[in-house]
Amino acid sequence: MATRKTRKKPNISPEELKHYYHDMLLIRRFEEKAGQLYGMGLIGGFCHLYIGQEAVVVGLEAAAEKGDKRITTYRDHGHMLACGMNPDGVMAELTGREGGYSKGKGGSMHMFSKDMHFYGGHGIVGANVPLGAGLAFADKYLGSDRVTFTYFGDGAANQGQVYETFNMAALWQLPVIFVIENNQYAMGTAQNRSTSTPDIHTRGQAFGIPGEAVDGMDVLAVKEAGQKAVDHCRSGRGPYILEVKTYRYRGHSMSDPAKYRTRQEVQKVREEKDAIEHVKDLLLAGKHASEGELKDIDKKIKEIIAKSAEFAKTSPEPNTSELFTDVYTAA
Amino acid sequence: MATNILMPALSPTMEEGTLAKWLVKEGDSVSSGDILAEIETDKAMMEFEAVDEGLIGKILVDEGTEGVKVNSPIAVLVEEGESADCAAAPVAAAPEIASVDKTQSSAAPEVPDAKAVMPVQVEPDWPDGTEFKSMTVREALNSAMAEEMRSDETVFVMGEEVAEYQGAYKITQGLLEEFGSKRVIDTPITEHGFAGIGVGAAWGGLKPIVEFMTFNFAMQAIDQIINSAAKTNYMSGGQLGCSIVFRGPNGAAARVAAQHSQDYAAWYAHVPGLKVAQPYSAADAKGLLKSAIRDPNPVIFLENEIIYGKSFDVPVLDDFTIPFGKARIWKEGDDVTIVSFGIGMSYALEAAEKLSDDGVSAEVIDLRTLRPLDYDTVISSVMKTNRCVTVEEGWPVASIGNHVSAVLMERAFDYLDAPVICCAGKDVPMPYAANLEKLALTSTDEVLEAVKQVTYR
Repeated sequence: MATRKTRKKPNISPEELKHYYHDMLLIRRFEEKAGQLYGMGLIGGFCHLYIGQEAVVVGLEAAAEKGDKRITTYRDHGHMLACGMNPDGVMAELTGREGGYSKGKGGSMHMFSKDMHFYGGHGIVGANVPLGAGLAFADKYLGSDRVTFTYFGDGAANQGQVYETFNMAALWQLPVIFVIENNQYAMGTAQNRSTSTPDIHTRGQAFGIPGEAVDGMDVLAVKEAGQKAVDHCRSGRGPYILEVKTYRYRGHSMSDPAKYRTRQEVQKVREEKDAIEHVKDLLLAGKHASEGELKDIDKKIKEIIAKSAEFAKTSPEPNTSELFTDVYTAA
Repeated sequence: MATNILMPALSPTMEEGTLAKWLVKEGDSVSSGDILAEIETDKAMMEFEAVDEGLIGKILVDEGTEGVKVNSPIAVLVEEGESADCAAAPVAAAPEIASVDKTQSSAAPEVPDAKAVMPVQVEPDWPDGTEFKSMTVREALNSAMAEEMRSDETVFVMGEEVAEYQGAYKITQGLLEEFGSKRVIDTPITEHGFAGIGVGAAWGGLKPIVEFMTFNFAMQAIDQIINSAAKTNYMSGGQLGCSIVFRGPNGAAARVAAQHSQDYAAWYAHVPGLKVAQPYSAADAKGLLKSAIRDPNPVIFLENEIIYGKSFDVPVLDDFTIPFGKARIWKEGDDVTIVSFGIGMSYALEAAEKLSDDGVSAEVIDLRTLRPLDYDTVISSVMKTNRCVTVEEGWPVASIGNHVSAVLMERAFDYLDAPVICCAGKDVPMPYAANLEKLALTSTDEVLEAVKQVTYR
């Protein structure tokens, strides 16, 4: 196995490291289970797994405060788990059941929790970017100091509405953090074949929006950059762009034949850069946790996931009367 | 514990596949993420990864086997030191897809009972003795917004030229002065972006009024209107309603040609999750816009440039609203029902007057809102007159008139003495030349001709 680079940051408490380890592993195990249930035909349609990118949301959630909002695209399972939504409700939405967050009407790509300030889960690439700026607009209008994390991918970063939004967000100094999760592939098109400049975070310069790139396989670096972005936004200095360089291990969706990259490329990132292994190394090397302790965490997570899968299988399908509900909100 | 590895579904449509190649053999140790096999689906050759760790105890399906059903066991995964023989018999743990109660699932969308049309009580829109004031449609729309902005701090207006320019068509005149730049916001010329910001702001607790300089430009924003504003409440199981009004002039103006002269009534009326209004009179413009702003759902509010300057009597009432889904009968009659909305009403009313001179009594119905649409008022009228003509400026294919006609056929077939005739714009992009433009729109003469046909005169 290749040597992993140590990227240890000082002054991180063992509790914080364990928390990152737990949350990232929860997402990975959840996604592996989702992939399995898809294979069994229990999850239908499109299903986009977050495996490999876990450090992005876990690091940024560590920089968020209560009441901050988040909105993302269709690769959304990780965001929901990281902001504290119940794995049972997420998994049951994947299987299209009554116990899902959208009562089974949204599916993998369209899930929401107003209680947890998670505004979706959007299936149209790029559309969530103005929506996120709109949430931030509302906070500013209402005099709240909450910020909105607006996540999108390197693919979405080429949509026109993203730049319409950059312009207005800068013009109106909206408290929105644009998080570009650059996993290097827009579906199957490599960044260098779809995007004219390699550094997407510099695209805010034209609008006067500060931006920086951060190693998205290092949860500590993501948290640190996230904190800086949050401080900037919360203090009323307008939008901020974070380009988080990450990597997706699985296909774009479950039906991705992965012809556009080599198995070796994926394997190399897994072996040398994996975010979860990185934190595990830090925990063990710093003697913050024993192998046994980590095994216990793993075991607990497996139980949570097994329970969510069970819930997702046994929760009933939505009552057929639900077909006609929620089209409109009652006045 | 030994577990079966099942043939996976690797695409939304896959039911069986070919196990092209095993990349592991019996006795190999595997962990999560390792490639176990290559599987050919209905679409492509896919790699199949392990989820659990363990040893490959037994391979049950040889490579090269075609037609392997999804969910049938293809191998047995065992733990260290365990024998594959103790694995569960190779019977696929069939996925417990909850069976659908057939009696429930066959419940079709509410198909209205053909004959069950309640006689419509024509309730007046305002109490007897109400005073009136003459007002243009422009003034009525402006006062509706101002009144709602005074009573609700979360209502704001955004759009191109709504503030300092005072509105491209002066609908927002004076609002900046009264409410300030926080609530009357000039946007850059970026419909797609600001429509999305409006929807997000509505989810964040505000009540945006998004003005499109004309609805032609809303084509740039239609994804946000439909995919985000209209569908999210449903997709979120009722969590994210979107209280927003998209308003602006719609349909043909005068001599602005094809890209600036389209009527979108039928487009938006097609979409569940949206409400759609297209008023004709100033009173309706005011009452419906106030209702639209208060509505917790996304409302498409279609105005018309040609009638902005037309004056009507508007009731002088402190808080005057018109509910959605209630048509207005402008003129009662017995011989034919003329159904229209928006600027189409000017042809309908003019035709009715001429018909009356010729001794034909036409009942004229203004739908006012197209979603919800007041079917009952139309049907009870047709049950009385037995004939119907619809009037609109939009294109004739899949028009509002087509829809009304279809509903009449389904629900009032036995009452029809003639086929319904739909007067609509011509099936061409709007020409610029004055004479051609006139021909492209519908006209009072066409309505009169249609009435002649359905009354067999």
